[in-house]
Amino acid sequence: MEKKIINQLKMLACKVRIGIIEGIYSAQSGHPGGSLSIADTLVYLYSNILNIDANKPDAFDRDRFILSKGHTAPALYAILALKDFFNYSELFTLRKINSKLQGHPDMNKTPGIDMSTGSLGQGFSAACGIALSGKISGQKYKVYSILGDGEIQEGQVWEAAMFANHNNLNNLIAIIDYNGLQIDGKVKDICDLGDIKLKFKSFGWSVYDMDAHNFESMENTFQTILNNNTNKPTAIVQTSVKGKGISFMEDICSWHGIAPNKSQYIDAIHQLEHELDKLEEELLCLC
Amino acid sequence: MSMLVKKATRDSYGESLVELGKEYNDIIVLDADLAKATKTIMFKEAFPNRFFDCGIAECNMLGVAAGLATTGKIVFASSFAMFVAGRGYEIIRNSICYPNLNVKIAASHAGISVGEDGATHQCCEDISLMRSIPNMTVLNPCDDIETKQLIKKSIEIKTPVYIRLGRLATPILNNPDYNFQIGKGVILSEGNDITIIATGLMVYESLIAENMLSKIGINARLINIHTIKPIDQKIIISAAKETSCIITVEEHSVIGGLGSAVSEVVCENSPVPVIKIGINDIFGMSGTASELLKHYGLSSENIFEVVKDSYYKYKKDLYFI
Repeated sequence: MEKKIINQLKMLACKVRIGIIEGIYSAQSGHPGGSLSIADTLVYLYSNILNIDANKPDAFDRDRFILSKGHTAPALYAILALKDFFNYSELFTLRKINSKLQGHPDMNKTPGIDMSTGSLGQGFSAACGIALSGKISGQKYKVYSILGDGEIQEGQVWEAAMFANHNNLNNLIAIIDYNGLQIDGKVKDICDLGDIKLKFKSFGWSVYDMDAHNFESMENTFQTILNNNTNKPTAIVQTSVKGKGISFMEDICSWHGIAPNKSQYIDAIHQLEHELDKLEEELLCLC
Repeated sequence: MSMLVKKATRDSYGESLVELGKEYNDIIVLDADLAKATKTIMFKEAFPNRFFDCGIAECNMLGVAAGLATTGKIVFASSFAMFVAGRGYEIIRNSICYPNLNVKIAASHAGISVGEDGATHQCCEDISLMRSIPNMTVLNPCDDIETKQLIKKSIEIKTPVYIRLGRLATPILNNPDYNFQIGKGVILSEGNDITIIATGLMVYESLIAENMLSKIGINARLINIHTIKPIDQKIIISAAKETSCIITVEEHSVIGGLGSAVSEVVCENSPVPVIKIGINDIFGMSGTASELLKHYGLSSENIFEVVKDSYYKYKKDLYFI
């Protein structure tokens, strides 16, 4: 991957993080921690992987993206706004009355949302249904879905995992955002998931690793997956940091579902803008 | 009436799916390891490539149904009422009804007439659960003819529909030229003394009761409500205005079902007494269907007694005799 491309992706990720913080600060509620942990992955998917067109968000043959961990909608809204699915100013209406941007994704209110999600475990089953439909109709589209690590404590996830394998849904790619934290504490202290990779493997899936904050790692993983001719569904366990990109939020459980206050907001935006400036300077050197 | 041909509404459902499968290439049928009981097996045999058995995993089945529907498929998802309306409630609410998707949930083995399997399988709360969800249409057909027509009509509305089906063979009481319309009740017997409003399996029992009542000079109006939601307000308000009292009859809890839906309309528009015959907030037990129906007061004899007593109690001109 070219350094220039990596730099551009990093800049976009910074902008997504700013969008997350702007939205959640404006709403004075929302889930910053898990939104920040998937920001880079969304940037990579929406820039390099998904076959989608902001002008045709309902195109039948488009790739689908299902955010099964629906509470991290602020990250999805930010990337969709930055990719012109709707106006960036909408981000400031997040969670407010009559907004397009609901607390959790609503496929009927927001352009670019392929399934309404929010109740954990459910988006993954819907992703299986969309993948199955593609197989039945001979469509070439792929279905990508991000699940939280805490989310896979839901039994429905494993019902879906069995179903996807049984029906050879090789057009389904699940990304498990392994940041190790859930609302009540560390995942391993609340209800240990054990070996996630082994679990998916034993359910018949092709399983890969990925660093959720390293675009080269993503590129390597996705190149391997997309060149791999398997008849099995694919799971990627991405190691991530909850709250990534904002020093005082990183790996802190309590940032799961609270909004920053004014001074925290100023600090967070300052950190992200500083990072953005740094990346811009680097880009100039690369050009 | 003893000459009437009997058929379980789940059999009518299976036959309908096969017919509709020929007409609509986009119909996909899902089941959760009960295809032989829900009769989706008929569709499986006719269209094996459009049938998916999801195994004993109803929540995932309902989510898969939602996903399929987002791509334009017409999805029928089946299991027993207990396991879809009960276990699957939240998936139906959040993944199917909230996005308002074109999924038909056909739930068999509803009510007490499941019989020998006992309380764990006798779902008497499904109408209550399903009708409280926005965007949901709730249908409860009484016979083969009504079931087949409503399955077909349910495809025409491209939103979520819950279809309640029974295990038990039930008499075919409607005429073959009967024209079912979602949201429209049917007057089976004109009468102005008192009104019986029945749904599903209880329509036939009420018809027998109505005959018994006419023999003692009570002319009951009998209304068949196949659509619990949206409920036919007009037919209920007319009954409230024109007769002394309404008796509702359902193979369902008296909390939240037909009786509640009728009461809501009556209370707001034209208050008259509404007496509810149904399962009185208790769990069922094992037994044959007919024993259980009798035990819980869902027999024609009990309907006759309740209507007769109510008639004398609330008779409009009683005080003037």
